[in-house]
Amino acid sequence: MRAALEAKRRHADVALISKVHPVRSHSVAAQGGINAPLGQSDTWESHAYDTVKGSDYLGDQDAIEALSREAAQAVVDLENMGVAFYRGPDGRLAPRNFGGASTARTYFVGAITGHAILHVMYEQLLRAGVKIYEEWFVTSLVNEGGFTAGLVAQELLTGRFHPIQAKAIILCTGGCGRVYEPSTNALICTGDGMSLAWRAGAPLMDMEMVQYHPTTLPSNGALMTEGARGDGAYLRNALGDRFMSKYAPNKLELASRDVVSRAEQVEIDEGRGVDDGLGAKSCVYLDCTHLPREFILERLGEIYEIARQFANVDITTQPVPVRPGMHYMMGGIKTNVDGRTRVPGLYAAGECACVSVHGGNRLGANSLLDTVIFGRRAGAHAAEFARQVEFRPLSEGAVLDSERRAQEVLGRPANGDSIAKVRMELGQTMHQYAGVWRDGKGLNTALSRIYSLKERYQRAPVQDKGKVFNTNLVFHWELGYMLDNAEAILVSAIHRTESRGAHYRTDCPERDDQSWLKHIVLDYRPGAAPGIQYAPVTITRWKPEKRVY
Amino acid sequence: MQVTYLVKRLNPERERSPRFEQFSLEVGEYDSVLDGLIKVREELDGSLALRCSCRAAICGSCAMRVNGEPRLMCKTRVRDVAEDGQVKVEPIGNLPVLKDLVVDMGPFWEKVRAVKPWLEPPPEKPEREYLAPNEAMREVVGALACVMCGACVSNCTVWEVDPNFLGPAALAKAHRFVADPRNSDNAERLKQLGEYTGIWDCTHCFYCVQACPKDVAPMERILALRREAIAHGYTNHNGVRHSDSFAQSVKQSGSLNEGRLAVESQGYLNLPALLGLLPVGLRALRAGKMPSPFHHKRPGAAHVKRIFEKVEGPRS
Ligand SMILES: Cc1cc2nc3c(=O)[nH]c(=O)nc-3n(C[C@H](O)[C@H](O)[C@H](O)COP(=O)(O)OP(=O)(O)OC[C@H]3O[C@@H](n4cnc5c(N)ncnc54)[C@H](O)[C@@H]3O)c2cc1C
Ligand code: SF4
Ligand code: SF4
Ligand code: FES
Repeated sequence: MRAALEAKRRHADVALISKVHPVRSHSVAAQGGINAPLGQSDTWESHAYDTVKGSDYLGDQDAIEALSREAAQAVVDLENMGVAFYRGPDGRLAPRNFGGASTARTYFVGAITGHAILHVMYEQLLRAGVKIYEEWFVTSLVNEGGFTAGLVAQELLTGRFHPIQAKAIILCTGGCGRVYEPSTNALICTGDGMSLAWRAGAPLMDMEMVQYHPTTLPSNGALMTEGARGDGAYLRNALGDRFMSKYAPNKLELASRDVVSRAEQVEIDEGRGVDDGLGAKSCVYLDCTHLPREFILERLGEIYEIARQFANVDITTQPVPVRPGMHYMMGGIKTNVDGRTRVPGLYAAGECACVSVHGGNRLGANSLLDTVIFGRRAGAHAAEFARQVEFRPLSEGAVLDSERRAQEVLGRPANGDSIAKVRMELGQTMHQYAGVWRDGKGLNTALSRIYSLKERYQRAPVQDKGKVFNTNLVFHWELGYMLDNAEAILVSAIHRTESRGAHYRTDCPERDDQSWLKHIVLDYRPGAAPGIQYAPVTITRWKPEKRVY
Repeated sequence: MQVTYLVKRLNPERERSPRFEQFSLEVGEYDSVLDGLIKVREELDGSLALRCSCRAAICGSCAMRVNGEPRLMCKTRVRDVAEDGQVKVEPIGNLPVLKDLVVDMGPFWEKVRAVKPWLEPPPEKPEREYLAPNEAMREVVGALACVMCGACVSNCTVWEVDPNFLGPAALAKAHRFVADPRNSDNAERLKQLGEYTGIWDCTHCFYCVQACPKDVAPMERILALRREAIAHGYTNHNGVRHSDSFAQSVKQSGSLNEGRLAVESQGYLNLPALLGLLPVGLRALRAGKMPSPFHHKRPGAAHVKRIFEKVEGPRS
């Protein structure tokens, strides 16, 4: 939405397409906040350095500089547009602490920061008069002569496929969390854009970098925001120890996420875990009980509710069992700092893109920032690009192709595995083999399973044969996208034979800057394994160092 | 535990009126009603249409009625609502059903768009952020916590009879801006909100407060908007006269004189509007709902009058 707004402000003729109403997008779930070096003693260099270090030196420093330099203005712009950030006694914006940051620089709106920002973005789109196609599902991107020509989308209400001609397309389709089971992500986070772009000729980068968040609920993967630890909550093992003192003596609970998640997993694996309520000791405690009740209700109200509902725990009086859970995709569609992909006219921004500012590990509250900074940049560049080029013809064949695919799927006999079954196996496989710990053997096992799931997917029937609001057919499209994402994640993870950031190989546990200070870039090759290439990591001023918290 | 879901279904391509379908399934102790619906969709009938995404009561997709009450399905535990092991799920009310549990939110959003749903800050931009007290931001957050789910609309008594009524969610959204110290066009907004179908049309039935899963309390915000409107001097309005007449009638007779209320709300000198009331009166007469022209005092009327005098002071 930030991208659409920017392009509109620059007088482009813009439409926004979303498979759900825009305010239902997953950004709505972001609780903790958004980073900006706005404090008096804070500097953009400090924010940039924290981000570089957090990324385990895989982040591109030119992109990180852009992120940090523009962060303060971006957050002020959001405030000016109406986001009701919390204030200090002087009426100015007041930050909270967050993981991996050297100072408090996370600005927030209670426990609903993402919601507050997303709704304001939607308000601004209404104000600017951007045309919105809501509940339209993109089924393919179309190129003509190597340039972007447009896309095909299915209108869910009628089931009809529509061609939409465009000089430029900006993909802001979010993450692929549902490739894992469980995940903190919403059910709509199925990596559609990454698969669409990949198949349209834009490569994917850093796909092995999948973030596990340290504090998720065992019952359904729901997130307990890092803001809880930022506001003073502790992590304890079964013995009651604040075990983070062993792993990150300085930053303790506020070390970066990959570090905390691994520490928890070691505690759990070595038998100091606590009961998850499902019959295993697969959790540690997140303990807020020493914080004043009023304070918790005011600043952490959302997770108070979630814990009460899904774990039956009142966090003001009891610690809540949590464990690492899949949360965020650092990798994505390879773009430059203006959101451009390899395909002229095709742009990407937000979680589906990989600029790369997050490298091997994203810092909390840097993702919302990523969406507004690079969304704005992509919108500006795409508007300019569209001014300079002509429309490309969008062939009828593209729509017919989507229609034919739909007909084939609807006509399948009912005897194959259900979509839900294939999806569940996919998620469990990824969680088991491509989670906090990985090794070559397990990753290869997973990849061969994914290939067999891809085959079963080709036969999976759709029960709903109707046209109106056929969500079953949507799940079918989404599962196809998810399988592409899983393949890319595994191929990259097998290839990177070192440990860096969120990618930890028990069979090669050290970081190896000599061989691996570079990005893995994957090309889609129809009917064959992905093509593997490398891209250098841009280093401007921060040389790789050992990472201690 | 074993439960039976009774789901209201409508396939617009095949049938004209909805029917209930029964599903038996096993749900976990903490499972939400939504978890059960997803299970139905994945294991029993893939054609069941419903909206859902976040599973955490924040995206606003999954408002439906369970055993008659509008709620977010992901925020409602099966064990809290099951009656004799039975859970009845229907689409939310007051909006057209598209398919099964999916409703057309078009009219809902149309009203949101009608309240100028964005902040209008003062023209001179500050160098950085606008200064504002944190208390004000927290108050605003109470209103902007709305997830636009439509649960409040489901039971709104006015929306039911007057589809033009702006309704609880849009008016709560309007309050979000009026309550924001950074907003600069309150006078204009309040004038507009005070017009027909706006803040004066709500009957205080409380249903929206009861239904809202995010404690937005739309009715309270509508009342706050009324106070603001009066403070801004917008008193020459049916709604204000309605309140006055309501109070006068109860005070004098101990109960409501509906005929007088309708007339006084329009104003005795407002001839066109009074003529407009005629058909309403005729319909009411036909339906046997015409208020009696002889408005009798209730037995306790003197008491009621004393209460008024106590609250209002000796002036009246
Ligand atoms: C629980 C949770 C808490 C988080 N908290 C924080 C936080 O505190 N701070 C922070 O910085 N980050 C946080 N994050 C991460 C952050 O929220 C996300 O990375 C970010 O919001 C992604 O935004 P986006 O704009 O890229 O995508 P989204 O907001 O996911 O939007 C994607 C859009 O693309 C559309 N779309 C996708 N596929 C299609 C298709 N095929 N056809 C049509 N439309 C399509 C969708 O409808 C949607 O509108 C959190 C994430 C989670 C899961
Ligand atoms: S209190 Fe007013 S707005 Fe709320 S449901 Fe009743 S009539 Fe509708
Ligand atoms: S006011 Fe409450 S019930 Fe109404 S739309 Fe908003 S969140 Fe839903
Ligand atoms: S699924 Fe998002 S509110 Fe229920």
